[in-house]
Amino acid sequence: MKPMPAKQILMGINGDEAVAYAAKHALVDVCAAYPITPQTIIVEKFAEFVANGEVETEFVRVESEHSALSACLGASAAGARTFTASAANGIELMHEVIFLTSSIRQPVVMAVADRSPSGPINIHGDQTVSLAQRDTGWIMIYCENSQEAYDSTLQAFRIGEHPDVQLPVMTMLDGFVLTHTLENVYLLKDADAHKFVGRRQPMMITIDGKQVPLKLDPKTPITIGPLQLFDYYMESKLQHSEAMEKARPVVTQINNEWAQLTGRKYGDGYLQPFKVTDADAVILTTGSSAGTARFVTRQLRAQGKKVGLLKLRTFRPFPDKKIAKLLADVPVVGIFERTHTTGSLGGPLFNEVRSALYDLDTRPTILGYYGGLGGRDVTPDHFRTIYKELLKIKDTGKSPRNPIKYITVRK
Amino acid sequence: MTQETPQWRPKLKDIADQEELFTSGQRLCAGCPAGSMARMAMHALPRPKNTIVSQATGCLEVASTIYPYTAWRVPWMHSLFENAPANASGIEAAYKARKRQGLEDDIPDLLVFSGDGSGFDIGVQAASGAIERRHNFLYIIYDNQAYQNTGIQRSGATPKYAWTTTSEVGKAVPGKPTWKKPIALVYAAHDPEYCATASVYHWRDFMMKVRKGMEKQGPAVIVVLAPCHRNWRYPEELGMKMAKLAVETCFNPLWEYDGETRTYTMSAPSMQFVKDPSKKKPIEEWLEPQGRFRHLFRPTRRDDLIQDFQNLVDEDWEFIKRLTEM
Repeated sequence: MKPMPAKQILMGINGDEAVAYAAKHALVDVCAAYPITPQTIIVEKFAEFVANGEVETEFVRVESEHSALSACLGASAAGARTFTASAANGIELMHEVIFLTSSIRQPVVMAVADRSPSGPINIHGDQTVSLAQRDTGWIMIYCENSQEAYDSTLQAFRIGEHPDVQLPVMTMLDGFVLTHTLENVYLLKDADAHKFVGRRQPMMITIDGKQVPLKLDPKTPITIGPLQLFDYYMESKLQHSEAMEKARPVVTQINNEWAQLTGRKYGDGYLQPFKVTDADAVILTTGSSAGTARFVTRQLRAQGKKVGLLKLRTFRPFPDKKIAKLLADVPVVGIFERTHTTGSLGGPLFNEVRSALYDLDTRPTILGYYGGLGGRDVTPDHFRTIYKELLKIKDTGKSPRNPIKYITVRK
Repeated sequence: MTQETPQWRPKLKDIADQEELFTSGQRLCAGCPAGSMARMAMHALPRPKNTIVSQATGCLEVASTIYPYTAWRVPWMHSLFENAPANASGIEAAYKARKRQGLEDDIPDLLVFSGDGSGFDIGVQAASGAIERRHNFLYIIYDNQAYQNTGIQRSGATPKYAWTTTSEVGKAVPGKPTWKKPIALVYAAHDPEYCATASVYHWRDFMMKVRKGMEKQGPAVIVVLAPCHRNWRYPEELGMKMAKLAVETCFNPLWEYDGETRTYTMSAPSMQFVKDPSKKKPIEEWLEPQGRFRHLFRPTRRDDLIQDFQNLVDEDWEFIKRLTEM
């Protein structure tokens, strides 16, 4: 018999607030953050928890995003569970620290309220900035709705702090569409959430035959962040890569534990296929766009059209083999991404997915679509148009010469 | 009213008995005073067994922790060039939060080191923010007057006419065109608990200042002039002499700022030049032995530039005298 999920509290909140509740429930020791639209509600809500004495967190109101993540890094190295949140220009300003946090192996959790990069300056959503962090060595989870933002943020602490992993995690929620839109969100009761996340346990290392915690502690002095040149740098990189590989089963394990506790499950933690198995055409997308795409997929299926949706949730570690398996028999695939890259064949999602499918015996025809940039509304019509094109390619067998397209752009 | 406690005065005999927390074997250049500076600072700690060091990128960092070795016997962390005070903010926050929850029994003292690259230029923002937030840390900026670690490029601490690899001396331009930034005054204007200038030569003055800064509950800053023979181009055994001359010429006036009384005080080593201005040496005596100022003397002597340099030093000196009400 399946265990009954824990009783939960239903609240009408937006995505930012959902993330703030997750940080509260995660018993965060240190939160350091700098405000930026559309992340502001996260820090404002968290400041409220601090003001009301609802959390024991030390909240460091830093003077920049660079210092926000630097403070988190120091706090984490001193053994604290840490959380920050940012967006767009803030993420770009802290880019240097983003690389360092993962290479020093500190399991900081960061919510990214995805917003377009400047310029032209624009405060609305797309995923260009977060996807530009793809080589920084963080675990990256994209959320479809506010519920998933709450769920994923809480899961992130368990994933990142897992003894096999010890890596930072970023959870992405689309600017405004999720950050500022009221939704019904189920929150765990405090005690249940606390039981799920537990306390951060320091890693133990052996120095001169003695077991000491891997943290800045005067009782057991260690050096963190030394200079590694050509004689050791590559070995550190390999270890980092191995940790990311070890995170693969952990993402699924935590997703399953969460399902037992809450009744909510996000596929295998990486991908959520919807009517993919017998599909003639599949759209792969991520974030809030997946919700819209699923709505259209359901409509078209009702009309007898064999279309399917593959929602990508975890971008790092990238589930290449799982994608190849799911799309092996699909004739045409369209990748919709709210990101923009110039001078290359398609954006990061297109590139990674196409590469994942390269080893298949018969590869699908793959198209890439840029859309929803700078907060332009991603509507059901986007996906109707894409499906129409994909199905036409399937029927005619003719692929377009240029596989990269823009959706709803004026010339 | 705070209770008057007798001021700590380090004795060489006692220091010799203390454990070295910054050890030998590190790879600073022969004769580099940054090592002496770090060693003196560590010997001045009020709670040496309960102190954490956060270090900015720079000579001291790269030379002291070449993996898998470390010269530090205290918990030590380096993260980046411009963020050491922010990094320290987090360390303090971690201990505060965890002590409140009964997970730690004490909050260690925090010492932050950076060079003039971070302290004068790229890291001013992080330092300014950390002081404004009143974290409890001492920030020691060792000023060797250029980006020496990257190969002697000019910084905001480089004085006028100094040669560096980015303020070259040529037929058209005689070295750096502008004066150095009065960074200690910038930090003092933040009203920290304590702020001071120091010299590696005046070891007792420096160590007493470190002790004071560490003992204050709140932010404290010390800017300590530490010559660099690779850039300054003097014989490497003369580092301490160059630091001494910088004080004797009043290029490096030593003073203290007290956050409680909001007053500036001239420190003893510089006081003698207030009492007897005839003891103040002409700046030429400090400039001449330094290769980075060679073009002021050879092939032709540039009295105009030397005089200009002297005027800038005098202006600063008069300003500090006024500030300290001398």
